[in-house]
Parts: sequence; C-alpha cells; structure tokens
Amino acid sequence: MISVKFFASVRERLGRANVDLELQAGSTVAEVLAQVEGITGVSLAGQHLLAARNQVHVPFTEPVADGDEIAFFPPVTGG
Amino acid sequence: MTVRVQQEAFHLGAELLAHAQPTAGAVVSFLGTVRDYSDAADILAMEIEHYPGMTERELERVAQEAQRRYDILDSLIIHRYGRLAPQDPIVLVAVWSLHRAAAFDACRYLIDVLKTSAPFWKKEITPAGARWVTDCPGCRAGTQHGHVHPDVLEEC
Repeated sequence: MISVKFFASVRERLGRANVDLELQAGSTVAEVLAQVEGITGVSLAGQHLLAARNQVHVPFTEPVADGDEIAFFPPVTGG
Repeated sequence: MTVRVQQEAFHLGAELLAHAQPTAGAVVSFLGTVRDYSDAADILAMEIEHYPGMTERELERVAQEAQRRYDILDSLIIHRYGRLAPQDPIVLVAVWSLHRAAAFDACRYLIDVLKTSAPFWKKEITPAGARWVTDCPGCRAGTQHGHVHPDVLEEC
C-alpha cells in the first residue's frame, strides 16, 4: 500500500487530498500518476506537475516502494 | 540554524534580537511581504498552502546547503501559511556571519532557492475571485531538475 497526496490546484482538480493505492510491482512515479487518473477519472495531462517521494522532490522516472508516500503538486510559488 | 513554518505573524526586529549571535559582525535579513496588486487585479488577501513535513524538511535541506556553501555562523527561516492580508510579512530569511559578504550572499541564496523548492502555493483572492499563482520560476527550476511531468516540458 502507498499513500498518495495532492496539493493546491492538483488537489482541487482531483477533488480530494489523498488516496491509498495498492502498489503494482515495479511501478514508477509516472505509473502511480496514471493509477490516480484511472481511479479518479480526472486527467492531469497538460498540467504542470511536480512529484515528491517520501517528502523529497523526485523525477517521474523514480521507482516507488511499498509504504512510500508519494505527492503530486503544481510548481511551487512560496517566498 | 532555525526553520519555522507557522500561521502566526512574526516581528522582524524581535526575531533578529532573539537569534542574535555574539560573535557575528553582520546580519543580513530579507523580508517578503504580500503585494496589494498582481498582473490584472487588486489583491484582497493571499492564501498560502503548504505540504506539512516536506516543507520543514526542504527548508532545513536548503539551510544546511547554505551553511556548507558560505562562511556563515547561523541562519533563520520563517515562512507563514494560511490567510494573509496585503503588507503582511510572508517570509523572513536572516543570516549571521563574521563579515558582511558571506551574509549577503547566503541570504540571497536562501531566498532564491527556497522559492523554487519549498512546497508552498499561493492563491490570490481578488474582487473577481480566487486564483492560484502560477509564477514560472518554479516551473523553470523543476524543468531544469527534470522534476516536471514530461508531457508539459515544452510548455514551461
């Protein structure tokens, strides 16, 4: 099981702040995103998205392990 | 090295006094505040969302990197979240060092890097409604680091 979190415009677009997923063996962050799109029925194609794995920025090619916390969010605008 | 993420207001002078370094010959601080306008509209308020846990972790990572790169004695980062009004302070970065050059350089480094890596998102509340700020420094930084969804690289 992995926990997936969404923030800001991504959270609003998906209509939820998080979802738990059964991990498919050998998944990457990109494949987790595809699973999220499948479950929610919402496409995030064309959105500017960043990803984090266990609260560290990662590329979408990053492998995912059971128990991970994955997050998707738009480019940051703090400061 | 101190990092704080909070809803409450803070006072620049009080924070600098509270973190004073006896051996420092210089302290440089940057205070970011809420503007009362954006590209197209007046701003009534600013709502700042963040990723609790990752935010603190990312700010600590940036502060450690500044400590490694520059000859500084200490640093302080305070970043607020929640609903803020125009002119409210959003972020404080302060750096103490023996001499001014390192403090200036490290302060600039800290604010520049945190703006492109710390997971905060601003939403402007205007008379016409609310909208997420989609400033592009974050897009560009993300793209450079290969973190942006590959489908949108060409749009950044």
